[in-house]
Amino acid sequence: MRSAILVAATFLASAVEMVEALTIVLAAAFTRGWHSVRLGIGAAFAALAIVVALLGPALTLLPLEALRVVVGFLLLTLGLQWLRKALLRSAGYLPLHDEERIYAREVEEAGEVAWSGDPRHFDPYAFTLSFKGVFLEGLEVAFIVVTVGAAHGGFALPIIGALAALVAVTVTGVIVHRPLSRVPENTMKLVVGLMLVTFGTFWGAEGAGVSWPGGDAMILGVLAFYAALSFALVEILNRRGRAAIVAGAD
Amino acid sequence: MDRVRAFGHFWYDFVIGDDWRLAVGALVALTLAGIVAHAEHSAWWIVPFVVALLLSVSVLRATPRRP
Repeated sequence: MRSAILVAATFLASAVEMVEALTIVLAAAFTRGWHSVRLGIGAAFAALAIVVALLGPALTLLPLEALRVVVGFLLLTLGLQWLRKALLRSAGYLPLHDEERIYAREVEEAGEVAWSGDPRHFDPYAFTLSFKGVFLEGLEVAFIVVTVGAAHGGFALPIIGALAALVAVTVTGVIVHRPLSRVPENTMKLVVGLMLVTFGTFWGAEGAGVSWPGGDAMILGVLAFYAALSFALVEILNRRGRAAIVAGAD
Repeated sequence: MDRVRAFGHFWYDFVIGDDWRLAVGALVALTLAGIVAHAEHSAWWIVPFVVALLLSVSVLRATPRRP
């Protein structure tokens, strides 16, 4: 059960970040050609591989208990950020991530920067744009894969989740050939936030010396508790918003 | 110096994010759970309880109150 949730968490987290990276890559490629964009993507993946190769073994040097407290804390803070944003977006207090709008802005900005016009020449702007897009969005994925893998005691499952997302988003991107604006990104972010906070709670507390009643099965209990809390918070925020609108209309 | 500041800002934003109270609260929750667990008391409920409290306060603080 833990393994299935773990793969699902890394798959969804990776998919969300890769959808955002795809938007930037497509904007750069369609305005400046694929040559430099491909180089940028390759360089970003190489840089991410170095980050994972350095961070992963460094974390596993820690004793398991200390590692779980550190990883638990990091997953808790990261997951709480995702969850907080997703809840505020669900209730309309923050704007939803709009891939079409971001794509249009990136295309406009890319069109304004001068270049040779020959897609076979190296284009520093396209290279930097695609590198930054893939590297910065990928860094969060790398961070989740490394921390989850280290605390779980193996990197295979989180890597499978991330690679499956990479294949799914790339194949869909190639077929659709445009930003994936219909992906329910906020719902996915909410689910990922719930999973990260659940794993952070479970591993962090376990590392601190807590014994969970029911062992691993309690992961589902913690997940259900946070899910119920999140739905209740969205409902409260929606009512608050409506009350504020009604009161403001008076 | 600007690059060092940008690097620090990136990691602060990455780990701490929009509300630093969440990170501090998570640290307090884990510390408290560790202390209670090592005193041989039941401590499994502490982290979920504190995290629920933190999240609720954080999202409610971020939204306008009824005028």
